[in-house]
Amino acid sequence: MPLIKYIDHSGGEYEADVDVGKTVMDGAMDNMIDGILAECGGCCSCATCHVYVDEKFIPVTGTADGMEKEMLTAVNEPKDNSRLSCQIFVTEEMDGMTVRIPESQY
Amino acid sequence: MTQSTCVIIGASHAGAHLAACLRQQKWAGRIIVIGDDDRLPYHRPPLSKALLAGKQSIDQLLIRPESFYQKQNIEFMLNRKVARINRTDKTLQLADGETLAYDKLALCTGARVRRLDICGAELKGVHYLRHYRDVENIKTNLDGQRNIVIVGGGYIGLETAASLRQLGHKVTVIEAAYRVLQRVTAPEVSTFFQRVHQEQGIQLVLDKQVAEFVAAKDDPTRSDRVLCTDGSLYPADLIIVGIGVRPNVELAEQAGLKTANGIWVNEFAQTEDPDIVAAGDCTNHPNALLNTRLRLESVPNAMEQAKSAAASICEQPIQYAAHPWFWSDQCDIKLQIAGFNNGYDEVVLRGDPGVGRSFVAWYLKQNKLIAADCINRPKEFMITKQLLAKQITPEKHLLSDESVDPKRFLEN
Ligand SMILES: Cc1cc2nc3c(=O)[nH]c(=O)nc-3n(C[C@H](O)[C@H](O)[C@H](O)COP(=O)(O)OP(=O)(O)OC[C@H]3O[C@@H](n4cnc5c(N)ncnc54)[C@H](O)[C@@H]3O)c2cc1C
Ligand code: FES
Repeated sequence: MPLIKYIDHSGGEYEADVDVGKTVMDGAMDNMIDGILAECGGCCSCATCHVYVDEKFIPVTGTADGMEKEMLTAVNEPKDNSRLSCQIFVTEEMDGMTVRIPESQY
Repeated sequence: MTQSTCVIIGASHAGAHLAACLRQQKWAGRIIVIGDDDRLPYHRPPLSKALLAGKQSIDQLLIRPESFYQKQNIEFMLNRKVARINRTDKTLQLADGETLAYDKLALCTGARVRRLDICGAELKGVHYLRHYRDVENIKTNLDGQRNIVIVGGGYIGLETAASLRQLGHKVTVIEAAYRVLQRVTAPEVSTFFQRVHQEQGIQLVLDKQVAEFVAAKDDPTRSDRVLCTDGSLYPADLIIVGIGVRPNVELAEQAGLKTANGIWVNEFAQTEDPDIVAAGDCTNHPNALLNTRLRLESVPNAMEQAKSAAASICEQPIQYAAHPWFWSDQCDIKLQIAGFNNGYDEVVLRGDPGVGRSFVAWYLKQNKLIAADCINRPKEFMITKQLLAKQITPEKHLLSDESVDPKRFLEN
């Protein structure tokens, strides 16, 4: 099962084994990792699941498009590696990936 | 010393989040969640969307997996109903007779569908939509192409219509008001949704009252037609009624707690009883940002309020004062609503609701921005949330000017 590492705004690290096919947001919810609120339950409506993806893994995760991309233009502190974590479906290749949770979500 | 017990009544969005927040806020005692549904808490919004359209299964809709609750030591009593609260000895009585003691109690009883009390209301073929079982019942009746009549043109009625139309059924929506979504949006937005649903091939019947669900000639236990007060008849293999909900306040009322269109709580989700909090669709609560009391039916409200309720139980109060927001998915449209448009006196449009499927309706009250309906406009939705939080009202000509990047509204 791929291991995803979540880093909070103050540098705290949390690791979670996330089933392939679940999302990076699910991994945080299922393991009570703070900072990912997921008010809309993953339907790309709330942007309370914003994370910064480890640049190395962007070829694997792909980049945001469509609705997600639009939402990301208006989050607090958007960066090139911003994603909505409910739109990243975990694959084996993501094993060891790190995502950072923005300060504004605390 | 014996351990304290917090009992949560209602196992849905508010109850599930409250339980998680209690652990986050270091509640060390027992947590017992009682719910009359037979499933662990699941997401309700997809019921009329992805679940009905067959894009997701109920197992994919759990708010958190079973392993989460095990790890956090959160106990569930599912398929059980609380019949009575005894505040004097701090116990609950379940419908099956069992008694349970609590130290802290959270009422997350939500809402139930408003039933249409007309002739034929009890016949087979008449459905409502609130629990996953309702959707399963509807789905067992969807073989082949069906004539489906939906009573009520609110969000749930329209989402249901869109999902069923996508599956290829013939869908008719009957709405008593002269426009859909009348209670919640501006006429421009209603007109837009009417056009879209008609373009999808859904028949909209406005300004018409349903009088009776008529029994089938070959099976008097089942309805196969809807009769309106003007005498018109609509054939229906399946009828789905979506005319709103009522808060479940009876337990609180019978326990002597104040209720008035919801269980009466303060901004910390507390009732008058220091050991009882309430959260979600069942509460009537104050919102300091809006300067009013209200009862909301939305997931973000249930979650935010549950967090406050948990904090009150842990005696570290967090005030609940969030700007409401909501979403609805219909056909290829994502509607996102920021703020609360109650009492608006002006609507400013960005984009044209008459063509295409993308525009914004900003709501103003006394020249102050109070809300926005964003149709396939996620960026404006995100910006509006920030504008409301910062109490900024951009100039009207800028709001409507498509050449101005909405991000500029936040600069100054
Ligand atoms: C089809 C549909 C689509 C929706 N779409 C959206 C949407 O797009 N966006 C959005 O924000 N919101 C949406 N909503 C609204 C949202 O689902 C509700 O606001 C939310 O479920 C409220 O959560 P709650 O926990 O307060 O109450 P509820 O979800 O109503 O849950 C309360 C639970 O308590 C149980 N209960 C009550 N009394 C007792 C008792 N005495 N003993 C045991 N159990 C009891 C009830 O059976 C119920 O399971 C939708 C709702 C429906 C039905
Ligand atoms: S959970 Fe709402 S956008 Fe990701």
